Formats: sequence, C-alpha cells, structure tokens
Amino acid sequence: MSGHLHKDYTGAKFGMWLFLFTEVLLFGGLFILYGVYLARYPKEFVMAGSQLNVWFGGANTLVLLTSSLFVAMSITALRRGAKRLCLGLLGGTVACAAIFMINKFFEWSAKIHHGIYPGSAHLKEMLPGEMVFFNIYYLTTGLHGIHVVIGAIVLSWTMVFIKTGRVNAGDWVILENAGLYWHLVDLIWIFIFPLYYLILH
Amino acid sequence: MPEEHAHIIPYRTFLLVWVALLVLTGLTIAAAQFHFGALNVWIALGIATLKSSLVVAVFMHMKYEQPLFKLTLLSALAILAIFVGMTFLDVLYRS
Repeated sequence: MSGHLHKDYTGAKFGMWLFLFTEVLLFGGLFILYGVYLARYPKEFVMAGSQLNVWFGGANTLVLLTSSLFVAMSITALRRGAKRLCLGLLGGTVACAAIFMINKFFEWSAKIHHGIYPGSAHLKEMLPGEMVFFNIYYLTTGLHGIHVVIGAIVLSWTMVFIKTGRVNAGDWVILENAGLYWHLVDLIWIFIFPLYYLILH
Repeated sequence: MPEEHAHIIPYRTFLLVWVALLVLTGLTIAAAQFHFGALNVWIALGIATLKSSLVVAVFMHMKYEQPLFKLTLLSALAILAIFVGMTFLDVLYRS
C-alpha cells in the first residue's frame, strides 16, 4: 500500500463555499431582523443611526477592502513562487484585521461610555425603535467582529503552513479557502456599513 | 491535474477591482447625504450588491470557476431571497 494521500482540490474548495453559504444564511437572518425593524421604525432608525460615527465605519470599510486585496494577491504570489511576498501580503491582511478590531474598540468604548450598550439604563429610556437599532447593531457587528478574529487566526495559521511548505505553489487550496473565508468577512461588512452607518435620512 | 492550469489572476486585476471598490464606497457615502426618502436604502443596497459582485467574481475567483460553483451560489442566494421574501409577506401584511 503506497502512502499516497488522495487530494481533492475541487472538493476542498467546494466544501468551503458550502460552509460560506451557511454563514450567508446566518448573517442573512440578522439582516432580515434589520429589514423588518427598519420597516416598522423608519424614523427611530434614522435617529439612532445618525449617532453612529461614519468615520469609524468608513475607515473600517477601507481597511477590510484593502485586507481583501492583500489576501487575493497573496494567492497569486504563492502560485508564482514569490513566497516571501505571499507571507508579506498575508501579514498585511492580519495587520488590517488588527487595525479593524482596534478601531472597533475605540468606537465601542465611546458608545459604552455614553451608556449605549445592550441592557443599559440609557437604552431602556429610548424609544423602542432606537433601542432595537442599537441592540441589533451590537449583535450584528459583534458577531462580525468575532468572525474577523477567527479569520485572522486562520490566516496566521496558514502563514505557518506556508513557511513550513505544507501549503505551496503545487498545493495551495488551504490558502485559497482561508482567503474565501476572509472575503466573506469583507462582504458582510460591505452590507453592514451602509445599513448601519449611512442611515441619515 | 487540471488545477495546475487553473487561471492565475494578475496583481493588476486585483488592484483595479480594489480601486473600483473604493470609488463605489465613496459613491455610497455621497448618495447617503441626499434625501431620497425610502429610496436611500435601495440605493445603498444596490451599490453594496455591486461591490459584493466584484468581490465574489474576482477576489473570490468565482468568475473563473466551473459552472457547478456558480449554480450552487445562485441556489444559495435564491434560498436567501425566499427567506427574505416570505418574512416580508408575513410582516408587511399584518394588521
């Protein structure tokens, strides 16, 4: 019996896409919550939405778009044999993830300092529609933030695999799958940003 | 193995898409400054959908994938559409 391990590049990639679809349904459900409550409380959503800081939101949008650029380029780099460039780009992606979370830390700290967080006394004093907005804001961006951290860990792990040669120009599906997961994180934020930060009217 | 001949996307393509994404982000911020009423949300969703299409097609390589992948993606989106649609059929028509 030879020790040859059968590898299935297409199967591995398809499997990741199937997983991503479950994530789409997960966040899709949260966006449906948003949609239903926006329809019910249009004015309160504007009142609450205008309290979110478009600079924090916008900066994080740019950070994630750039991080997606880096991870996409890292695959081209690896496949063309530019291993050091690949690792540099992946390091850049993880750095973007860190910047995103640091940004979020400052953003949430400011809000929490003003008494705006789930279960707070200040939230209870608000109109129902405003309270709903902030609750689903924290739920959705919180869950998204967890995904950013998971993605950063997965990418860092992949960097180790590349360094040891387990992931290489002949067998790169692990990097591709890690990249797909990261792009999903970016995609979710592409919808979060306008729906939560640009509800001004 | 077929995947050794799989298309490698040039850096330039990724950079062009990234620039397009930045421009669309600027556009969505600009559009939000105007009073279009209920239309604001739809404009925002439209631009977000366009941005997502670029990310899925190029960054996520879907444009170059085999039909099975594209079909499965469409199926997943159709299921999401049913999820959204049925919810609103209920919610919008309650008295």
